[in-house]
Amino acid sequence: MDASLLAWLMVVLVLGSVIGYFVVWGVTPALHTPLMAVTNAISGIVVVAAILVAGPAIVGPESCTTLACTQATGLGFWQWAARVFGFLAVALCAVNIFGGFAITARMLAMYKPRSTPAANPERKAERKA
Amino acid sequence: MNLLGPDLTLMLGLLAGVLCVVGLQGLSHPTTARRGNLCAMLGVGLAVVLALLHPSVQAYGWVLAGLAVGAAVGIPLARRTPLTALPQLVAMFHSLVGLAAGLVAVGMFMRHDVLDVLQTKETLEMGVGAAIGLITLTGSVLAALKLQGVVSGTPWRWVGRHWLNLGLAVGLVLMCAVFVATHSGWALALICLLALVLGVTVVAPIGGADMPVVVSMLNSYSGWAAAATGFMLEQPLLVLVGALVGVSGAILSYVMCHAMQRSFVSVILGGFGSAGTEAAAVGTTDGGKAPQLAGVEDVAYRLSEAERVIVVPGYGMAVAQAQHAVKSLMVTLGERHVEVLFAIHPVAGRMPGHMNVLLAEADIPYDMVLELDDVNPRFAEADVVLILGANDVVNPAAQTHKGSPIYGMPVLEAWHAKQVYVVKRSHRPGYAGVDNPLFTMDNCALVLGDAKDVVEKIGTALKAA
Repeated sequence: MDASLLAWLMVVLVLGSVIGYFVVWGVTPALHTPLMAVTNAISGIVVVAAILVAGPAIVGPESCTTLACTQATGLGFWQWAARVFGFLAVALCAVNIFGGFAITARMLAMYKPRSTPAANPERKAERKA
Repeated sequence: MNLLGPDLTLMLGLLAGVLCVVGLQGLSHPTTARRGNLCAMLGVGLAVVLALLHPSVQAYGWVLAGLAVGAAVGIPLARRTPLTALPQLVAMFHSLVGLAAGLVAVGMFMRHDVLDVLQTKETLEMGVGAAIGLITLTGSVLAALKLQGVVSGTPWRWVGRHWLNLGLAVGLVLMCAVFVATHSGWALALICLLALVLGVTVVAPIGGADMPVVVSMLNSYSGWAAAATGFMLEQPLLVLVGALVGVSGAILSYVMCHAMQRSFVSVILGGFGSAGTEAAAVGTTDGGKAPQLAGVEDVAYRLSEAERVIVVPGYGMAVAQAQHAVKSLMVTLGERHVEVLFAIHPVAGRMPGHMNVLLAEADIPYDMVLELDDVNPRFAEADVVLILGANDVVNPAAQTHKGSPIYGMPVLEAWHAKQVYVVKRSHRPGYAGVDNPLFTMDNCALVLGDAKDVVEKIGTALKAA
């Protein structure tokens, strides 16, 4: 198919929104705070973008082939600046991912039912009777 | 390193996205929630591994150092932060994603501006990514400061603030257009600056009690910021996950607004509690009748005679940190074979589900905690309802007084119970500035004092009874 990548990404955006809509309406209101914490951790996935900004090698002028590149000044400086920005973004996202999942796990560990799961059917039977 | 071809990478990325979706699906019930969290962790972990294996990534030292720093800061933060500070911690986490998205956009520009000729599409994506990210940053920081109490939670309103916000938003769009047209770094810098200011001016006029909506809204923004970076770097996984988070935050905002019977626009414009609504509130009181007062012994006596008790926790319980006192009162009542239930209004507290987390922290089983629709039919059977620092969410004026600003808002119908006790710090009305006719009803009495203090005393008196 000849559609551009931008168009494909729009498809992903719309389908992702639709999936999100149905999944999130299924979340019980009692878990809305953990939902916010876990979506926050997941949004740390920006780390992928951050790694792609921090990761590339610094390209020297000798490997330049494009006109724009050879005309550019401060070639190395701007690439280093980008790398530092990428590094900071990686660190920030990592705080989110590790911290977000840890706080979600901490919260979810607190949600306990009234009795052991084995005793619950009994209780229901009692009420019916 | 290029171990995986582009097709396999894309497929594994899809798997990571599916794991995130399955993770959110797990939150549909407390029994599957922990497994859901684990799934989401695997999904994000897989995404990180795939990013590290991307052929262009070579500076592993920098990337791994960044991840290590983040883990070293994030894990202790999540472990040590007291749960009462949870709303501010969540707000602060949103700001980090926003800042990261802003840094990615500017970093991309710096790298590609010197290496290639930028395309129109790329500049548009960078401009939008930087704008959403940095609005999220300053908005979340201000929200966190308000929740922490460093900055006053009362709304800051100034004349012409709507025009200022409108002007900033129009300026932002114009600068994006300039940036796309000229590819100038200065235009991008101005976009960043305007976005930073706009984040502050949007959140500043919104009051502390509207924070559940603001925090959910910023949750949504952080998702859209992630999706924007996905467009920038042509990563479908980021677009998918960003959309999931964006929609999740938007739904939470909708749920909160719906529970307050207000439109999203009116919350964002920050109109509640202003002079107009206070004037409208006049006339809802029952002829200026003074509310009855009760002592803790009265409450303990009624509780000792009761068979069914419903506790309605509100923000007052969170402020007083009374959840553990409530739990021990629950245990004492349980020993006396009194049936205890908890009733939670969707907007009680400072973020969605806030009361549920506090009760869970105090080891109160989640199946004793009921939502609005499930608990309302049960109030008529209740012998005693104990309201802890809640006001507007139990206000009968929402059903009876057409002129009331909260008319139409779904409320907990506590007044159907045989006896209602309201534990409050003072006579003052709730944040909406609306008088509560419940307080002057014949079956209602106020117990003045700090929620924790009062509940502990009731527990002691009940044990003695």
